[in-house]
Amino acid sequence: MKRLLLNIFHFYRDGFREMTVGRTLWIIILVKLFVFFVILRLIFFPDQLADMTDGEKAATVMEQLTS
Amino acid sequence: MITDYLQTVDWSRAQFALTAIYHWFFVPLTLGLSVIIAIMETLYYRTKDEFWLRTTKFWMRLFGVNFAIGVATGIILEFEFGTNWSNYSYFVGDIFGAPLAVEGILAFFMESTFIAVMFFGWNRVSKGFHLTATWLTAVGANLSALWILVANAWMQYPTGCTFNLETVRNEMTSFAAVALSPVAVNKFLHTVTSSFTLAALFVVGVSAWYLLKGRETRMAKKSISIASAFGLLFALLTAHTGDKSGAIIGRVQPMKLAAMEALYEGRTHCPLTAFGVVCADDYKTGEQARLKVEIPSLLSMLTFRDAGAFVPGIRDLVEGNPSQGIISTAEKMERGRRVVAELRRFKEARAVNDQEEAAAVKRLFDPSTSEGEVFMRDYYPYLGYGYLSSPEEVVPHVPLLFYSFRLMVGAGTLFILILALVWWSNRKNLLEKRRWLLHTVLWCIPLAYLASQAGWVLAEVGRQPWAIQDLMPVSVAASKIPSASVSVTFFIFVVLFTALLIADISILVRQIKSGPEKE
Repeated sequence: MKRLLLNIFHFYRDGFREMTVGRTLWIIILVKLFVFFVILRLIFFPDQLADMTDGEKAATVMEQLTS
Repeated sequence: MITDYLQTVDWSRAQFALTAIYHWFFVPLTLGLSVIIAIMETLYYRTKDEFWLRTTKFWMRLFGVNFAIGVATGIILEFEFGTNWSNYSYFVGDIFGAPLAVEGILAFFMESTFIAVMFFGWNRVSKGFHLTATWLTAVGANLSALWILVANAWMQYPTGCTFNLETVRNEMTSFAAVALSPVAVNKFLHTVTSSFTLAALFVVGVSAWYLLKGRETRMAKKSISIASAFGLLFALLTAHTGDKSGAIIGRVQPMKLAAMEALYEGRTHCPLTAFGVVCADDYKTGEQARLKVEIPSLLSMLTFRDAGAFVPGIRDLVEGNPSQGIISTAEKMERGRRVVAELRRFKEARAVNDQEEAAAVKRLFDPSTSEGEVFMRDYYPYLGYGYLSSPEEVVPHVPLLFYSFRLMVGAGTLFILILALVWWSNRKNLLEKRRWLLHTVLWCIPLAYLASQAGWVLAEVGRQPWAIQDLMPVSVAASKIPSASVSVTFFIFVVLFTALLIADISILVRQIKSGPEKE
């Protein structure tokens, strides 16, 4: 198991080291993911109902549907 | 007076449309090119010819660029569900969430695991294992598409669910009914086959560029040989599944069909309008499409497989047509208002702890009771209509649908002809002499993207005003948040996604100009 994990680690490490075009792409991916999940998700896209209990969610949506 | 909430609704719609359009720039090429490179690598595996290895690696590099820049652009849409469309998300989350969860857990992990082997595994794993990883990457990508499209299909045709009054949610009663609904199955097949066609045109177009430049002639011709046959097959299947889409839409979304045909008055032996000029006000003024070119009885035939069948027009669906069993939108609005009134009655009963009143309403929403069976059959399906102010709100934007449909079908027909001609010319070794054809197929690349986007415009604008067909209009689905917060993120996305698109195109162009690895 340990050997398997080590092989997988080497596989990815060597793969990343040998990248050429891939390096640029990975920089784009990492910047993009940071912008999406840290900046946008945390600051601009809160889940509106996330902090509510199930009952509160039902009441909120019922209010929206009947107002 | 435009309230802030109405502005929120419109900004939310605009934002979702913008992000979906940008996301869809990357997806079709990923879906189709993954299969094409798997075919090429299969040829390498079978022939052991290093030519196919070089060719496969070249197209794989372009696939990698598109995949890397496009990956996770779809996650933004899920953020928007939670923030901008919280009412919708809660109301349908039990059904909508399941396919999205399957997509994330199964398909995306499968794709992202094997893509690593695909790119890092040359000379590290056996040829057979590498080939398997390439095919599984293609399968994973297309499985992702399946589950997203199942979710979207449910919005067009809500099925396999029941409404729970206590939780105010629609709850799934049959996963099979959701996943295997005729709308879902055909939507998946049509989207995937059209994506495969787009990818084929990309390969053929890029190869045509090499032939025009007199470079990599053998690679270009062999790539065209595979891609043109692949593309022709799937362009024909796209036409077939598109035909089925029309038949399905005629049954489950008749207003969408009427709008995309600019059919204001229904009729038997209904012609298909091949071309015409329509304006947004025509429905109100009674003006018919101008410069119409019609094919007699074809719309009846295509929709209902009966040349004499009645195809309802916009007026029939808005004003009703008792002779055809079509109830008016005003009647549907009445029924919808009854459902909303019962929801309000339940809310008020609960507020004052009137258990008898609450129980009476619960019996209405319970299909196992005698009154519930009638109510849930004859009233609940029109819940969304209860929120409309006027019957005309059910009419989507006719010119946008009319022209989108014709762009999509016209381009699709052209692609069949072009791909057939390219395949034949290549087979006869005449392509390099037919420079006009090489230039044409190069221009088919942007046309394919336009046609693909037009298909989504048709699907989603044609669904308006509904977030969920007949059950929830977008005006109720949106969250009650300040419009300013939505407009700010709209412009952030304009900048962000435009930057990603420019990066994608510029890196792809640079890689194409650079060409495959030196032999």
